[in-house]
Amino acid sequence: MTDRGGGSAPAGQPVLRIRDLVVEFDTPDGVVRAVDGVSYDVAGGETLGVVGESGCGKTVTVLAVLGLLPRRSARVVRGEALLGGMDLLRLPPRRLRAVRGKRVAMVFQNPMTSLHPALTVRHQIAEALRAHDRGLPRHAARRRAVELLDAVGVADAARRARGYPHQWSGGMRQRAMIAMAIANEPDLLIADEPTTALDVTIQAQVLDLLREVRGRTGAATILITHDLGVIAEMADRVVVVYAGRVVETGDVHTIFHAPRHPYTLGLLAALPRLDTDRQSLAAIPGQPPDLVRRPSGCAFHPRCGLHRGRNRCVAQSPDLATVGPGHRAACHYADELAAETARAAGMSAAEPGDGPGAPA
Amino acid sequence: MTPASHPSASALPEGADRGAEVLRVEDLVKHFPVAAGLLRRRGSAVQAVDGVTFSLATGETLGLVGESGCGKSTVARLIVRLLDPTAGRVLYRGRDIAACGRRQLRDVRRELQIVFQDPYGSLNPRRTVHEIVAQPLRVHGEYRGGEGRRRVDETLEKVGLRPGDGDRLPHEFSGGQRQRIGIARALVLGPRVLVLDEPVSALDVSIQAQVLNLLRELQSELGLAYLLIAHDLAVVRHLCDRVAVMYLGRIVEIGASRAVYTRPLHPYTQALLSAVPVPDPAQRDRPRRIVLGGDVPDPANPPSGCRFRTRCWKAAGRCAAQDPALVDRFGHGHPSACFFAEVPAAPTTVGLPP
Repeated sequence: MTDRGGGSAPAGQPVLRIRDLVVEFDTPDGVVRAVDGVSYDVAGGETLGVVGESGCGKTVTVLAVLGLLPRRSARVVRGEALLGGMDLLRLPPRRLRAVRGKRVAMVFQNPMTSLHPALTVRHQIAEALRAHDRGLPRHAARRRAVELLDAVGVADAARRARGYPHQWSGGMRQRAMIAMAIANEPDLLIADEPTTALDVTIQAQVLDLLREVRGRTGAATILITHDLGVIAEMADRVVVVYAGRVVETGDVHTIFHAPRHPYTLGLLAALPRLDTDRQSLAAIPGQPPDLVRRPSGCAFHPRCGLHRGRNRCVAQSPDLATVGPGHRAACHYADELAAETARAAGMSAAEPGDGPGAPA
Repeated sequence: MTPASHPSASALPEGADRGAEVLRVEDLVKHFPVAAGLLRRRGSAVQAVDGVTFSLATGETLGLVGESGCGKSTVARLIVRLLDPTAGRVLYRGRDIAACGRRQLRDVRRELQIVFQDPYGSLNPRRTVHEIVAQPLRVHGEYRGGEGRRRVDETLEKVGLRPGDGDRLPHEFSGGQRQRIGIARALVLGPRVLVLDEPVSALDVSIQAQVLNLLRELQSELGLAYLLIAHDLAVVRHLCDRVAVMYLGRIVEIGASRAVYTRPLHPYTQALLSAVPVPDPAQRDRPRRIVLGGDVPDPANPPSGCRFRTRCWKAAGRCAAQDPALVDRFGHGHPSACFFAEVPAAPTTVGLPP
């Protein structure tokens, strides 16, 4: 990579704006509304962390934006996904294909299923380059592929690039995926659980690489993960998703230290920590909702400690309302959480600089 | 649910002294032969476990941590004898499991049970929950009419399921509930030791916390000893009294949880702990994060001497020539297998209560 890709939006300007996205699936049990009015923006140079548990709709949202939903069973009911002036949801498939891999690139959880097992790594990256630049000669594309692998920290890239994916370790494959994703200097990088399948020491390498790539390309990044640790390390802003809706969004420090939605607070309290011998975890009771039978009103109310039998939670779905600067939460009683979060923040407060690690 | 108390408040099974050794693993070795091929010498073997020794006391939780391929799950399978060891012994209350005949093995298995990671793959989808949990009783000839039914119902209740759930099939349950079924199946015979192989790694955070709390409650209620196999270091810290850190088939460090987490001695442990993302954005620029280079070497062809030396920043000539023994180098009761083991100057994990 050289410096910033020519197409990148200036930092601070939204690269992608998702507005009121609704996605439904047909299932044997009935229609499931997996995404129910999701809106968020991501700006150039920014990393937006999207967090939530399995089935909450965090991945379906971006698959819809990219036109990668199974056509048979899924449909976008309404919404917009604006990349520059273009609504990706209304783009014909051919034009959307031209956007994918060029202006928007993806890194998925399992690089083994995203790489073709019978083609060399070099060939696949070279083809990704040529797919968007037909004029690029094959030998130049191959040379560029090796440069990209070198840039993402693949040692001895020229030799290894001639190998096949199964000859690469999981961490190396994920580097190859990242090399492929940044090959065309995208404006937007979507990374869906990029380190979930990796061991922790390899995860540290890949997160470092993603940070470096962001610094170098100035691309906007959407980082989807269930891992609050990864969010805390990487994100500038955070979107918390529950049952297909954004329940809270704000600056990463605000979300971790002063959350105003009981679900966010619950997730943080349920987390076992490396730094304490806590005796009992504050588990969130119950199960994530079955979206075929979505609870009425606020979908979190059956598991919520703040509900306390109040009718409003059952009757009325809360809107995402501003609770502070750049901070919004979808809870009727968000103000009641202020005292509780202050207490929780006091509990987890730690001195920066007293960090883990060892004298190297 | 009532808050779990520390295992020291355990109601121990009859005849069991807290702190008495219940399980001991000695010089355990498991090599898997690799088929001869173009790239491999004939007779080479994946050295999945290569000389592992530890013991587990009644009412105690020992964590076995390490990254994929370190051999921790193989150790779990050797202990319950789903695999036979290449060498070494697994002693359950003094009896060598590897040398047990069928009948003796059955007696041991009554007291030594395993819970698997995958709550989807490890439950027979065609059997009702009642049948699944009753199966170990039937195998041991202890499922008799109303009495058997009562024991199953009691066990379901113990893990937080309703007796009525017994008539349902596994697919009707969520991941967390299924893991409760797996735990009930392991508990129904009244074991003393549970081997927990990644029991919460397939579960979402909110559900994971429920299962971790359940495991703590069951331990203090039943006086169980746990061997917890996990890759999630925070989960291990939360549940374990002691921790053993494995790398490429060997234990590199073992000690009290708090000691290993706050004063890790082995460079691998130090790197591993420093690599865990901390769920606090205020600490993202914390200093002294160690990012290891490269990947874990091929276990069929491990490095000579210290197996970690190819990724270690302290490695010297000696590390290639000699194998560092797992010994208590500082007299803290906290053995480490590194010639250059060092007590970190400051506690390495943040946010400890003063």
